[in-house]
Amino acid sequence: MSPDTTAATMTKPLLKVSDLHAWYGESHVLHGINLELAEGQLITLLGRNGAGRTTTLRAIMGLVDRRTGSIQIGGAEYIGMPRHKIAPTAGIGYCPEERGIFSTLTVEENLMLPPVVGPDGMPLDEIFTMFPNLRDVRKRMGTRLSGGEQQMLAMARILRTGARLLLLDEITEGLAPVIVKTLGTVIRQLKAKGYTIVLVEQNFRFAAPLADRHYVIEHGEVIDVVEAHEIETKMDRLNHYLSV
Amino acid sequence: MSFDVMMKLIMAQGMLGLNNGVFYAMLSLGLAVIFGLLNVVNFAHGALYMTGAFVALILNSYLGVWLGIGWLHIGFWPALIIAPIVVGLFGILIERFLLRWLYGLDPIYSLLLTFGITLVLQGLFINYFNASGTPYPGMPESLRGVVNLGFMMFPKYRLFVIVFSILVCIAVWFVIERTRIGAMLRAGTENPELVQAFGINVPRMVTLTFGFGTALAGLAGVLAAPIYSVSPLMGANLIIIIFAVVVIGGMGSIAGAVVTGLALGLIEGVTKVFYAPASNTVIFFLMVIVLLVRPAGLFGRQG
Ligand SMILES: Nc1ncnc2c1ncn2[C@@H]1O[C@H](COP(=O)(O)OP(=O)(O)OP(=O)(O)O)[C@@H](O)[C@H]1O
Ligand SMILES: [Mg+2]
Repeated sequence: MSPDTTAATMTKPLLKVSDLHAWYGESHVLHGINLELAEGQLITLLGRNGAGRTTTLRAIMGLVDRRTGSIQIGGAEYIGMPRHKIAPTAGIGYCPEERGIFSTLTVEENLMLPPVVGPDGMPLDEIFTMFPNLRDVRKRMGTRLSGGEQQMLAMARILRTGARLLLLDEITEGLAPVIVKTLGTVIRQLKAKGYTIVLVEQNFRFAAPLADRHYVIEHGEVIDVVEAHEIETKMDRLNHYLSV
Repeated sequence: MSFDVMMKLIMAQGMLGLNNGVFYAMLSLGLAVIFGLLNVVNFAHGALYMTGAFVALILNSYLGVWLGIGWLHIGFWPALIIAPIVVGLFGILIERFLLRWLYGLDPIYSLLLTFGITLVLQGLFINYFNASGTPYPGMPESLRGVVNLGFMMFPKYRLFVIVFSILVCIAVWFVIERTRIGAMLRAGTENPELVQAFGINVPRMVTLTFGFGTALAGLAGVLAAPIYSVSPLMGANLIIIIFAVVVIGGMGSIAGAVVTGLALGLIEGVTKVFYAPASNTVIFFLMVIVLLVRPAGLFGRQG
């Protein structure tokens, strides 16, 4: 089946990536990624290690050495935009794989660092209700937090900016099951609030109940698209794609 | 020598040492700010300090003559504002049109570039001004004379320089460590790519930071003009000591640069009391010890 067959059933996409190629120096990593999602939807990017999922998010954020193709957000084209203009113009929040908590900044400074990119940023009260652990460690240096707290800080930091489109890279990686569960609750709350989310995940059991659609990526291409309602019937195929 | 006399001597030399120390602190502070964000060792820092002193001298003694306006002497206080701006703008041009092309290359290239800029500036000023120095006559009336510190009579102007420089250093430290702009700078130092992805214009921040660091050198130059004679080589003599200060304090550490600068000035001064010939080398002796014991410097992050 072609990766595009689902497009017809969708409303107008908020994010539409077409034939996206990306390079690190001379190395050509993405070979024509296509994906799209409507406002309020959540998609996952699945795939084996090194498939190009992180690079897909980085290419959307302009964090690759070269990119071609098309990245449309809310109907506007972003492929040629300088990287510091992308987040404010498109209202994107990016949570990198390595979390990107700054060690020379306090928790509070980390939280307040990203400039506001949209009108309805989450107020601090609401953030601390969603991530109660963060309230008590506000004055601590960023990297003197547990992995789970760092992950929550990395999420809180972009929610405060008013971003409505979230790119989240492996947010459950290396975290204890209880924290993974909390993050699941958070994602569900965000979906209920109408956020649009691209989730890169290794943990399929975490991602499956949250997503509207799954994109399977291999060697820098989308090799399959699985709708949420097709999961049961395509489970074998998915297991095959993701097995090491 | 009685203990009392000895103490007075130590404190007197300490004050003179501190007077040198504030220059070390201000210059290594600028270097540290620049190195932190740009990863560039700005060899031209001494030459920019010298340029700051010359801007003050020109404003006071030459500009009127050049323009044919005999009565025009722009004095110390205006120079304290104008010279750092001139030097800072010059720094911005350097970053924007020269340094920018060298990021991502071996740091030796930016070191060579700034070394070249040093030679060009020195050559220019030697061509048009007295190589052995010109006195700066613009010291403000209100800062002439001496004050009684109890243990010594100390020139009022030097006391002003010490207090003013320390205030400047504290202000810079505060901005970098305690404000939002400072948080952006620190974050940009750690992970410029992510800071940019958040929507902050890092290249512009880099340009302004370089401009700010060089403006600090210009400011130090103005402060130095009434004390030392203004000469094209005044920065060349200083930059070597400043590098030693930066190495001892730890590359890129803001507090480290300031504290080490002040401390080394003091140590140099006090060494004069005990064994004067060693006062010029004591800093380098300390540098060797620090490099052996703590290679990342006293305040640098080890490893
Ligand atoms: N900075 C880089 N320079 C050169 N090649 C890179 C760079 N970063 C990633 N790559 C290469 O690009 C390919 C895709 O990497 P990417 O990080 O996007 O994978 P991924 O799907 O996120 O996998 P995972 O996170 O599980 O490792 C890999 O082959 C990787 O080696
Ligand atoms: Mg990855």
